Amino acid sequence: MLSKVFATIAVAITGSILLYGVSDFPAFGDPHSPANAGVPGSESVSLYFIEESYKDTKVPNIVTSVLADYRGYDTMFETVVIFAAGMAIFAILRVVGNKEETAAKAAEEDSFTNGDHNRIIVGTTVRIVVPVIQLFALYVVAHGHHSPGGGFQGGVILGASFIIIALAENLNAALRRLSELNYVRLAAIGIFIYAAFGIMAQVLGSNFLDYGALQPIFMTDGPEMARSHSMLGVEIGVAFTVTAIMFAIYANLASRGQLVKGL
Amino acid sequence: MAEFIHDHIQPYFNYWVYVIIMMIGLWALIAKNNLIKKLIGLSIFQTAIILFYVSMGVKDGATIPILGHHGSSPPASEHRLFEDLDEEEPKKAHGKPVDHHAADDEHGEDHTHGHAGHHKTNPDLIANPLPHVLMLTAIVVGVATLGVALAISQMIFKEFGSLEEDEILEEIKASASDG
Amino acid sequence: MVDQIPAVLVLAPLFGALLIGLIGHRDHRVCFPIALASLSVTFFGAIAAAQHVFTNGPMDYFVGGWEKPLGIGIHLRIDALNALLLIAIATVAVLVTFFSIRRVGEKNTEKTHYFYILFLLLCLGLFGITIAADAFNLFVLIEVSSLTSYGLIAMGSSRSGTYAAFNYVLMGTVGASFYLLGVGYLYLTTGSLNMQDIHTILGSNPEIAQSKAVTIAFIFILVGIWIKMAFFPLYGWLPNAYSYSPSSTACFLAPLMTKISVYVMIRVMISVFGLEWIFVSLGWSHLVVWLAVIAILAGSVLALAQREIKKMLCYLIVAEVGYMVGGAWLADEGLWGMTGALYHILADAAMTLCLFLAAGIFVKRFRAREISDLEGMFRKAPWVMAAFVIGALAMIGVPPTCGFFSKFYLIRGGLDAGHWEYVGALLISSLINAVLFFRIFEIAFFGNKPAEGHDHSHDPHETEELPVASNEAPPVWSGNLPLFATAVIIILLGIYNGPVVALIRTFLEELPIVASSL
Repeated sequence: MLSKVFATIAVAITGSILLYGVSDFPAFGDPHSPANAGVPGSESVSLYFIEESYKDTKVPNIVTSVLADYRGYDTMFETVVIFAAGMAIFAILRVVGNKEETAAKAAEEDSFTNGDHNRIIVGTTVRIVVPVIQLFALYVVAHGHHSPGGGFQGGVILGASFIIIALAENLNAALRRLSELNYVRLAAIGIFIYAAFGIMAQVLGSNFLDYGALQPIFMTDGPEMARSHSMLGVEIGVAFTVTAIMFAIYANLASRGQLVKGL
Repeated sequence: MAEFIHDHIQPYFNYWVYVIIMMIGLWALIAKNNLIKKLIGLSIFQTAIILFYVSMGVKDGATIPILGHHGSSPPASEHRLFEDLDEEEPKKAHGKPVDHHAADDEHGEDHTHGHAGHHKTNPDLIANPLPHVLMLTAIVVGVATLGVALAISQMIFKEFGSLEEDEILEEIKASASDG
Repeated sequence: MVDQIPAVLVLAPLFGALLIGLIGHRDHRVCFPIALASLSVTFFGAIAAAQHVFTNGPMDYFVGGWEKPLGIGIHLRIDALNALLLIAIATVAVLVTFFSIRRVGEKNTEKTHYFYILFLLLCLGLFGITIAADAFNLFVLIEVSSLTSYGLIAMGSSRSGTYAAFNYVLMGTVGASFYLLGVGYLYLTTGSLNMQDIHTILGSNPEIAQSKAVTIAFIFILVGIWIKMAFFPLYGWLPNAYSYSPSSTACFLAPLMTKISVYVMIRVMISVFGLEWIFVSLGWSHLVVWLAVIAILAGSVLALAQREIKKMLCYLIVAEVGYMVGGAWLADEGLWGMTGALYHILADAAMTLCLFLAAGIFVKRFRAREISDLEGMFRKAPWVMAAFVIGALAMIGVPPTCGFFSKFYLIRGGLDAGHWEYVGALLISSLINAVLFFRIFEIAFFGNKPAEGHDHSHDPHETEELPVASNEAPPVWSGNLPLFATAVIIILLGIYNGPVVALIRTFLEELPIVASSL
């Protein structure tokens, strides 16, 4: 097999180059390695975050403050990546069929489900569990400042709550709660919220995404709390986009772009 | 041999592991015939990079990069839930003494004035947050790529009725010679 | 207001895309004006930024205001290296927007707004890559542009296109992952992600700069970018992916994606590692120039073997990438090779755009996919063919066009550095291009093919765009306007090569390696 030989050669070369470099690394777990403590003569970014981020932002979770504030520009484009992936999947897969035909199929699907007693246990359980999942998702989004969590994690959980409806009943049941039109809109609105925080800072005379400038809007004592509140705002925006796209990816992949019936 | 392991592998164990995992992914990516298996290889490949980044940020004995509610050192946030336990074991393995003043404070906007000033955090006890942030981004990118790749492979299955690379290539060749 | 331009450059296409996402499904006619408006904002922004850069020096922009210490926030930078490239991207984007009217979703109009969203996000990604001064931010934006281009390529309904897109996803992701890995090695050794900061650290700590990890970081970043730009041994994905994609997509991806990768390579070489380190400490310049020579020859010869117009152009791109990589690595003292490579990025963007637009029009209006289908084209479409000739002459390197001057600077660099093999490869490639294009001219002018050439017996799956009813056809100007504009740009860029090169030199002459040799 030619491809196997080629693969082995490629893997051997790449792997040996990588392992050759390992011997030069600082030891694993060294708190004074360049990555963790910087190199002599220049200020360490990582130490700055650990020591100063709370003073700057009043957010105890350093990962959240770095993600949503210091490197907020990255995170905005990360959300754009999700949005782009969703749009790419629609562009590739979505089959736009006859609308009446789709509606007829959906109706048929529903009548099938209503008469299907095997699904009662699963359906009822899901109906009870979904609100809990969604509540937990909101907690994860809102509590990202103080514990592991944030927009991406919460958004994925929220998206999963719709997917579980689709799995337990059928895709149409989930699409009735979050229709195609709405998830595209929701995804766009999520990024819009994120970018709006940045633009507002620009309007108030500062750089893009400089949340400290939003102090007059939030009416806080100092720029720190404005940053903290803005971070919650952008996390909510992220959660919108992630929720919408996670469900949309599932819906399109599970139904081969038809958006009926599902798995 | 034992010496080599002790000198060259043990201190860099995670780095060796990441290279091996990454090469497993790369091999699957090139050598496998099934497109979905290739995608699994791709995912393994990307995950290995995540392992590499996270390994960089590890500090021996350090905890997660989340401070206490008012910027105190991290173990405080754990102890805050169990105030009684603080009395009995005021120090965790690496923790600093818990600051009760901070722990008892209510969380609120009116407490924004410089608490952080007198809780000097020891950065050696807090893991490096930056690789975690970067990898959150990389994970999301990986998910997005995988989603698009799966969508494309569904299209391929629809067009060719197969996900095996050799069968697809044969089909393409056949249709090219017909045209 | 001027200081906010770097943010505006990426925000305008972003808002365009979001707006189309919100309202585009209702009426597809809103897509084009929104796209055009947001790209025009970027276009004028890019011009204003360039004006500012060439009068007041580089613009630094710190997102979120996190300026000190360097590297805690995201740093954007517009300097003489990328200011011209921004204008080039914006120009290509605006021209392709015109070309894309009605052309995108003719087969399935329901998807038109998805095309425009992906297109605008791709522009956003390219602008972001160009202005990024943070190594990790660059990765995120590379992914934005890659993901959108996967989607755009796979949108084409051709059968082989989906498989080509799949391969492109695999190769593109491996390339980006290698880049990410290289950035990880750099972060491990320097503790920073900011390009300027890494450059300072490497410059002031020779023991770090000499470490194995930094060398490996460079190898992986370089190989990652090479995969993205389809440099010689890693070019396999490009011809199929571009030639099977819809015309509008190909017209945008072909001129820009590979050139942006070349720019990223040059940016990483100059602003992260430093040319002294690369050319003096590593000393691999000979190796890479030889690879470039092989790339040029292989691309040209493979182009000669193609029957399809678009495929032939795709292999020419492989050769052109060889020109630019070779030029950037010539390591001659005055950096004329680098100058030529940077000028060639602009020139090649215009030439490739011109040829791909013409090829798109041939497919669209005359269903001519193969070279033999071009028979009698001078009679059928004299103006389109005239523009095609200008693009082809630029590709060959005939004097008044920009293609001649970029080759002139590249050859000057090659002679200064004593890389005769590179100079030879350039000349041979020009010769092959001449053979290639004069063959096409001959067919198009005289038509050396028997009459059954009109019989188009293509597999319906393979033709990406089915014939449309006459009332559905895009207005003729939508194809001709960008085509003629590009032809004019090719000639103007050639005539005004002096000022353009002078602007590029203002940046290069400040580099220590050149300053010491002057």
